[in-house]
Amino acid sequence: MKKLAVRTLAAVLLSVPALPALADVTLLNVSYDVMRDFYKDYNPAFQKHWKGKTGEAVTIQQSHGGSSKQAMSVVGGLQGDVITMNQAPDINILAERGALVPKDWSKRLANDSVPFTSSTVFLVRKGNPKGIRDWKDLAKPGVQVIVPNPKTSGNGRYSYLAAYGWALKQPGGNDASARAFVGKLFGNAPVLDTGGRAATTTFMQRQIGDVLITFENEAEMVAREFGRGTFEVVYPSLTVSAENPVAVVDKVVDKKGTRKQAEAYLAYLWSPEGQTIAAQNYLRPQDKQVAAKFSAQFPPIKAFRVVDVFGSWDKVMKTHFADGGVFDQIYLKK
Amino acid sequence: MNLIAKRYSVLPGFGLSLGYALFWLGLIVLLPFAALALTASTLGWTAFIEQVSAPRVLASLQLSFGAALIAAAVNALMGFLVAWVLVRYTFPGKRFVDALIDLPFALPTAVAGIALTTIYAPNGWLGRYLEPLGVKVAFTPLGIVVALIFVSLPFVVRTVQPVLEDLEKELEEAATCLGADRWQIFRRVIFPAVLPALLTGSAMAFARATGEFGSVIFIAGNIPLVSEIAPLIIISKLEQFDVAGATAVAVVMLALSFFVLFLINLLQWWTARRHGMK
Repeated sequence: MKKLAVRTLAAVLLSVPALPALADVTLLNVSYDVMRDFYKDYNPAFQKHWKGKTGEAVTIQQSHGGSSKQAMSVVGGLQGDVITMNQAPDINILAERGALVPKDWSKRLANDSVPFTSSTVFLVRKGNPKGIRDWKDLAKPGVQVIVPNPKTSGNGRYSYLAAYGWALKQPGGNDASARAFVGKLFGNAPVLDTGGRAATTTFMQRQIGDVLITFENEAEMVAREFGRGTFEVVYPSLTVSAENPVAVVDKVVDKKGTRKQAEAYLAYLWSPEGQTIAAQNYLRPQDKQVAAKFSAQFPPIKAFRVVDVFGSWDKVMKTHFADGGVFDQIYLKK
Repeated sequence: MNLIAKRYSVLPGFGLSLGYALFWLGLIVLLPFAALALTASTLGWTAFIEQVSAPRVLASLQLSFGAALIAAAVNALMGFLVAWVLVRYTFPGKRFVDALIDLPFALPTAVAGIALTTIYAPNGWLGRYLEPLGVKVAFTPLGIVVALIFVSLPFVVRTVQPVLEDLEKELEEAATCLGADRWQIFRRVIFPAVLPALLTGSAMAFARATGEFGSVIFIAGNIPLVSEIAPLIIISKLEQFDVAGATAVAVVMLALSFFVLFLINLLQWWTARRHGMK
């Protein structure tokens, strides 16, 4: 027994100096839940690209979870080299608390640091029995709408903003009419799941509701999971562009000395290879040529950017989703 | 003090072990509470009151505590019955049933939540038969109660069971000899002996149920003012990076829980004294 222990100890001691040679650099990508599939495809592609260019092997670790929780973990000290989220507030918080990134982080990469987007669309049951074509149909009495809770889910927030933005752009639309509209829409929601995936489960597995409001790329996941014959995707006349911003976490990469690799990791998202992997995962690429190649799976849609209609994300959060905000008032009025 | 230390000398060093015990409790229990109170105190008094008296928060607290109380009461009754059957009767598969009791302890609560929703959803195994009767379980406060009963059942059974096992048969035999009928034996002999354990078990079940999140969240429906539990309010505040607001609600939950547990302890002490004097 003693001999074994000594040997084990010797083996451990011997292997310690060998470790850094095995993996030159390790990057931690802090991401949100449903990006798992995309980065599973993207990471090996980047590793190959980086090895070919510099001869250096990069290990990439992934951390996934609810987006706001993930952002809070980084604020709390999780050593993420890069952060890849589904809305700007989750990266803004890194600038506000602890100055982990500069305030103008979004200006450092192309397209406001958004390599690809998705859009909020509708899923309806096969044959569209309730005849749902556009947002106005969701507020009709007798239509059950499944939508995740905007208070706890980025997906829910985009759904809410898409509905609100559509109502604003209708003839004679203003804040009062938009509020009334989202009020009616959420009045038709029998369940508010805490996340987008949970809402999908409610709609597909529990067979509750006539329409599910979710991201276009989530609809694709549903198709793979439940089969294409079980539902239809409806594209509303106007929707929101759900942006997936990314950023290098300056404080962490400067401490770890991984800035070069982390920046290259994010920049590669905009390469034709990165954009193609995004398109294969049903995320709309920014690259026009790649987008053209995949035009069959991305029907043209009219989508607005949140910052164009609502000003800034900061304002959106304060006016609409903070406690006592517009979303809360929908329920308090009753 | 010295006297006590000498009498209980199984563990040597009374002072040392007491010191360790207090240090351990402080590290594991009190330190997080202190951090909680500290974070909540950054709000200031007016902001704190404003946070916790918002209609959504009040409704959720009412729901969480109401549902937890109902669940604890149901478990006090049914848990007692289960413990009774397990102790007093032998039947095939008894050990298996006994092991089943602990499952809610072991199961990750999110899995329990999904399982319960699958059963009680309008297209679920039970839900499809309940729906035509007008009974909606999933996505209503009733569903919350069902989930809480599920997760807190083991507490009552596991605290009552050993007391029932230790109850001396001779006492009941003596009571019979003295002419007591079955109901009298139960009411005068068995029940008073079991009552303190039953109260402890129910208190633990209640405490567990108030803070429960994972199993409830899938079956609750989470509609503001209707089926939003207090832990969900805390989570949604955290999602907005409002850590102080979240801890404010947590502090109120803790204070309420402590108050209820204190009442139950008082009740326990009172029953123990009453029966002790007889």
